[in-house]
Amino acid sequence: MSAMKTNQEFLAELPRLARPEIPYTTLNLGPTHPATHGIFQNVLQMDGERIVHAEQTIGYIHRAFEKIAERRPFYQITPLTDRLNYCSAPINNMGWHLTVEKLLGIKTPKRVDYMRVMVMELARVADHIICNSILGVDTGALTGFTYVYQWREFIYEIYEEICGARLTTNMGRIGGFERDFNDIVFEKTRRFLREFPPVWQEFEDLLLRNRIFMDRTMETGAITAERALNYGMTGPNLRACGLDYDLRVHEPYCSYEDFDFQIPIGTTGDTYDRFVVRNEEIRQSLSIIQQALQRIESMEKVFHAEEEHYYLPPKQEVYRNMEALIYHFKIIMGEIDPPVGEVYHAVEGANGELGFYLVSDGGRTPFRLHFRRPCFIYYQAFPEMVRGQLLSDAIVVMSSLNVIAGELDA
Amino acid sequence: MEDNKAGHIERVLRNATGLECSVIQDAYGMFCMELPVNQIYATLLALYRDPELGFNFLTDLCGMHDPDKRGKELCVVYHVQSMTRRERLRIKAFASEDQPEFPSITGIYATANWMERETYDFYGIRFLGHPDLRRILNMDEMVDFPMRREFPLEDPLREDKADYQFGR
Repeated sequence: MSAMKTNQEFLAELPRLARPEIPYTTLNLGPTHPATHGIFQNVLQMDGERIVHAEQTIGYIHRAFEKIAERRPFYQITPLTDRLNYCSAPINNMGWHLTVEKLLGIKTPKRVDYMRVMVMELARVADHIICNSILGVDTGALTGFTYVYQWREFIYEIYEEICGARLTTNMGRIGGFERDFNDIVFEKTRRFLREFPPVWQEFEDLLLRNRIFMDRTMETGAITAERALNYGMTGPNLRACGLDYDLRVHEPYCSYEDFDFQIPIGTTGDTYDRFVVRNEEIRQSLSIIQQALQRIESMEKVFHAEEEHYYLPPKQEVYRNMEALIYHFKIIMGEIDPPVGEVYHAVEGANGELGFYLVSDGGRTPFRLHFRRPCFIYYQAFPEMVRGQLLSDAIVVMSSLNVIAGELDA
Repeated sequence: MEDNKAGHIERVLRNATGLECSVIQDAYGMFCMELPVNQIYATLLALYRDPELGFNFLTDLCGMHDPDKRGKELCVVYHVQSMTRRERLRIKAFASEDQPEFPSITGIYATANWMERETYDFYGIRFLGHPDLRRILNMDEMVDFPMRREFPLEDPLREDKADYQFGR
């Protein structure tokens, strides 16, 4: 590191300072650039190789979810939430179910909570696998990515056993799950807990003390805790700055208070710290999955709350039983009566605080639904984080921020 | 105890800004407050600066439109949060459609920048003092504000989903 120049030294040598007649170079990074992992544009003002200013253009895949949600009954909004952060869709699904349950005042059984915790943590692991391994790709290490990606695929197989879908999961229902976990889920999760950690260890060993990786990521895209708070950062990006704000501990939801885990934090808030924090979070998540799995298996097999007004009756009942048919019809047609009220509920998404602000006027659809999308909020900090740095640093910073286009544009 | 907390926020705000306000706690445990538009900036700044309350994190900012409330059609909802006290506060302020103007709070929170742009983009609420109030998610050429109620999502003549069909 001693041979490398500091930012100050580089800035002192900028050509512009010597020759002010040289104009800045405008460089379009995106909208479709392989390194941006999604469709968003950055117009960079470059002074030589240094970034002077970045201006983001977003909204390329805006799908007006908030507007659509105003015309849909609550259970039809779950598929919309899949498409926010599609790398960890189950967290969004569960977050939405929890919000509606908070509004309706439904109390779910402990086993349902633990089942939810299990899928949410699997989703978190899948999301962090993608983010960290692609950070490797962006610094030139493709091998690790191809190696760990099969395990993300394996998590998708577990989703498939739970709900039948892989990417846009639409998992669970208001009040619980549509069916109990089958044996394959438990068997695959146990196999995952057994075989994934050594693979991840190997991946981490490739990068964690790798000179090239460290030089590329340390001191790039650093942000202080104070600025991060002012920019509304949450999740691993905020924790990398040294603040232990984690909703799972801060405002426990879904029985997270029953689990024993730690919140890893960083110190400098740079790309390397974000990488390390995510790595450690994967370990903590695996521990939570282990604890949840033990509890789910030892408990009585309940997988939904007894709420006939909101939870769909089993299909075979609907065909044979008048009562069940009526409830089925009422729920599907949105004839349930939600209370009038306003709820803000947030869950710890894989990249930050995912909040749902739901206003109900007692009608069959929300009066207003607003998604607090974490990466829409923290992506604003990007120009400040890359100022004075190299173009290649901008790529790495964007990758480590875990900006997901679907969530950014809603 | 709960009432004391709400009263405590009220007292701190009254001391800092000299303005009257009333804080209530709703059924879901959230502190709520309704303010006139001209008190927004002073109140949020007082909340931000007060070390004891520590409401120094802007969680969310969004707009709302209700054409039935004459003169108070447009609303901006602020969610601020105190990480040290683990409390959240919801602040609402209303304005009429004729003059949809709110003070920008980008001077307090850098994160309000895009949130206010989004609110402007969808509701046409102008934030005075915003450094760069442009559309953000919709295209720049757009002239309407699509989240307002006058733009129905489906065919407005369609009646099969109207509330009276469901006994309401």
